[in-house]
Amino acid sequence: MSVIYIVLTVSVIVGVGFFIVFLLAVKSGQYDDSYTPSVRVLFEDELVKDKTKQSIKSKTD
Amino acid sequence: MKDSTCFHCGDKCGENPIRFQEKSFCCNGCKTVFEIFSENDLTCYYDLQNAPGSVPKEIEGKYDFLSQDNIVDKLTEFRSESVEIATLYIPHIHCSSCIWILENLNKLNPNISDSIVNFGKKTVRVTYDPAKTSLKEVVLLLSSIGYEPYISLDDFKSVQKQVNRSLIYKLGVAGFGFGNIMFLSFPEYFEVNEFWLEQYKHMFRWIMFALSVPIVFYSAQDYFVSAYKGLKARLLNIDVPIALGISVLFIRSTAEIAFDLGSGFFDSLAGLVFFLLVGKFFQQKTYAFLSFERDYKSYFPIAITKINKDGSEESIQVYDIKKGDRLLIRNEELIPVDGVLINGRGKIDYSFVTGESQAVTKKSGDKVFAGGKQTNGIIELEALKSVEQSYLTQLWSNDVFNKEKDEGFTNITNAISKHFTLIVLGIALVSTTYWLLTDASKAMNVFTAVLIIACPCAIALSAPFTFGNLLRIFGKLKFYIKNASVIERLAHINTIVFDKTGTLTSNKKSQAVYDGEELNTTEALVLKNTLRGSNHPLSRTLYDILEEHDIITLDTFEEYVGKGIEAKHNNTALKIGSADFVGGEREQNALNTTVHISSNNNYKGKYTFYNSYRKGVAKLFNTLKNHFDLVILSGDNEGERNNLKKLLPGKTKLIFNQKPEDKLDYIQYHQSEGAKVLMVGDGLNDAGALAQSDVGIAISEDINVFSPACDAILDASKLKYLDRYLGAAKTAIKIIKWSFALSFIYNVVGLYFAVTGQLAPVIAAILMPLSSISIVIFTTVCTNILGRRLK
Repeated sequence: MSVIYIVLTVSVIVGVGFFIVFLLAVKSGQYDDSYTPSVRVLFEDELVKDKTKQSIKSKTD
Repeated sequence: MKDSTCFHCGDKCGENPIRFQEKSFCCNGCKTVFEIFSENDLTCYYDLQNAPGSVPKEIEGKYDFLSQDNIVDKLTEFRSESVEIATLYIPHIHCSSCIWILENLNKLNPNISDSIVNFGKKTVRVTYDPAKTSLKEVVLLLSSIGYEPYISLDDFKSVQKQVNRSLIYKLGVAGFGFGNIMFLSFPEYFEVNEFWLEQYKHMFRWIMFALSVPIVFYSAQDYFVSAYKGLKARLLNIDVPIALGISVLFIRSTAEIAFDLGSGFFDSLAGLVFFLLVGKFFQQKTYAFLSFERDYKSYFPIAITKINKDGSEESIQVYDIKKGDRLLIRNEELIPVDGVLINGRGKIDYSFVTGESQAVTKKSGDKVFAGGKQTNGIIELEALKSVEQSYLTQLWSNDVFNKEKDEGFTNITNAISKHFTLIVLGIALVSTTYWLLTDASKAMNVFTAVLIIACPCAIALSAPFTFGNLLRIFGKLKFYIKNASVIERLAHINTIVFDKTGTLTSNKKSQAVYDGEELNTTEALVLKNTLRGSNHPLSRTLYDILEEHDIITLDTFEEYVGKGIEAKHNNTALKIGSADFVGGEREQNALNTTVHISSNNNYKGKYTFYNSYRKGVAKLFNTLKNHFDLVILSGDNEGERNNLKKLLPGKTKLIFNQKPEDKLDYIQYHQSEGAKVLMVGDGLNDAGALAQSDVGIAISEDINVFSPACDAILDASKLKYLDRYLGAAKTAIKIIKWSFALSFIYNVVGLYFAVTGQLAPVIAAILMPLSSISIVIFTTVCTNILGRRLK
């Protein structure tokens, strides 16, 4: 039994694994909106700052 | 005093801006929104973009219908005890600030757990806790910060539309298979009879086979289906040779590896399907934020306030309105049914319907038609008909709205594929016969090789990439086209029909010409100031047209509904209004709107209103007249005939007094005589004509505001370039023909290898992607050059 069988098996498994991840991503709607995330990613800093403040506030009510 | 702009919405603040925290605001609404944001630490909103907001509208009572369970049921996509999810369409979404504020809704209402914006579709998907808040509260919150959702009758569907993602799946499967097959087949391209390669190549081949099975049976299934449908209809469409090529590739490759004859063509097969699907994907991309399928339902409200016999108000669904019901229409609400005005002063804006922006004044007892928007306080009316039977909505019962325009239209690719398929089959048969006679062992090999190499991948890609790219270029130039086949139909147009009001005329301005004795300075001053106090649409228009004057205080001011205004300042008493009221002569067949003026009971003269045409209309018509038959179909009377005659080239046909159905019939008649008609219109009354025409273009001053169902939406400021767009569509067809010629060269080279029986997998693997990619590059470069010339 040559090592190539093991390598092939592993490579096919890795490939199929990524393929399944792709299918799940499509299913979750990741490809439905390709524009908003590109804007959203730039908000992160402000969001984090505000969220910490807010989380304290919202816990009280 | 310097004019300042509003910190919130960017509008001019006028002479008395509202000052708050060192910032100026144009109105209290904007100030309130700013207050809400600053109290909740959300002023970041203003850092991301300058003046991103919009003025919140008066909404009192407007959303009462959202407390009704059955309506909420239709609007939400998920409902349970503790979670409700609703997707709301918000037309105002336009910048990054919008996304930011809408995704931070939970800071304004902690019961909203999540809100996600889809910028392309201009929607926000809100998740909230129905036990603590409600859809109505969410909508009111959005409205209060200037993001009023648009809820129309169109949302009132029982079935939620499922997103079709099958093309992405197919593309993913094909791409996955293509990549892996390339890796596996690569060693064999350089066949050197190497020991280890000999040892393992069989296994490599069977893995390739396994990878190509889903490509053929899943990713490529559309081509088989379409080819089958084409053959059933006795049509050799482009998918016939493609399906033939794919199946021959698969069968021959499988046979080769099964009988150990060679490595097969799995690489070419996977590449072919992948590239074809990429082309399809490219063509499918369109404008998510525009809808080209709107009918009256998108304009009409879901619910309306009904006044019961005992005087109580109740919110009822629009479909439940019966003849005889008394309805309450608030300011800025749409009238959903034909009815009689009972109470209040109607000032009804029919710009949705006719494109005419001048509001019409109605008094009680007058008939009002569905589709108008009340713009002045509350009115009550009695329904005369149900929604579906109203004057406007009846139009949609016409068959034309159920037809697909693409049906019966042979596109350029299918036109060429007919000849192409026959020629390829001919070559295959001739060469097979030749080889049968000389070397029978090679005959089958040659037959399949011809079909493989002639698979018209490049031809199938030319049109999607050319049209797809042109679609994007047009989009940048504010000409939004529904899909690629519209461009193709646009290239065949020979008759252009225009609507007048709202299409050729501008919504914003009208012109008034004064006719009579000249007014002296004091009279002009008093006139301007009198008009200032009136809310009548004609007064407002005239006020905007007249020169600036100082502001004075009038001694008396009296407005007589439906007649005119009387005002006095020092020694000047002015009467402004209808001929009867002022004391002027009533003209017999006056077609244009006039306003008469008298000073101290001496008749002075009248202002006659004319439409103001968009800039460049005359020039556009003069360029178009050489290539197209031009027609103007107007729903208005003939008042503008002489004006139009002066403006437009002599051979333009002018037809007036056209009802919506007449417009449709006119176009149908000319199509039956062989004309290819382009309809350019704007209002709902053009909807029938837009649907019937070969290509219907809706003109819109603001593309975010709704336009009727059409094939393309053109920004009003770009109407003057219509001739260039039509020219570009024709050039696109030429580009496609050139790329066909280019792909034939590749085919000839490939066929040489195929016919002589020496088609090795490596040659196919090089030729096929090479031809596809070079076609993509050729069409993209050509259309980009074309796009640069358009600017």
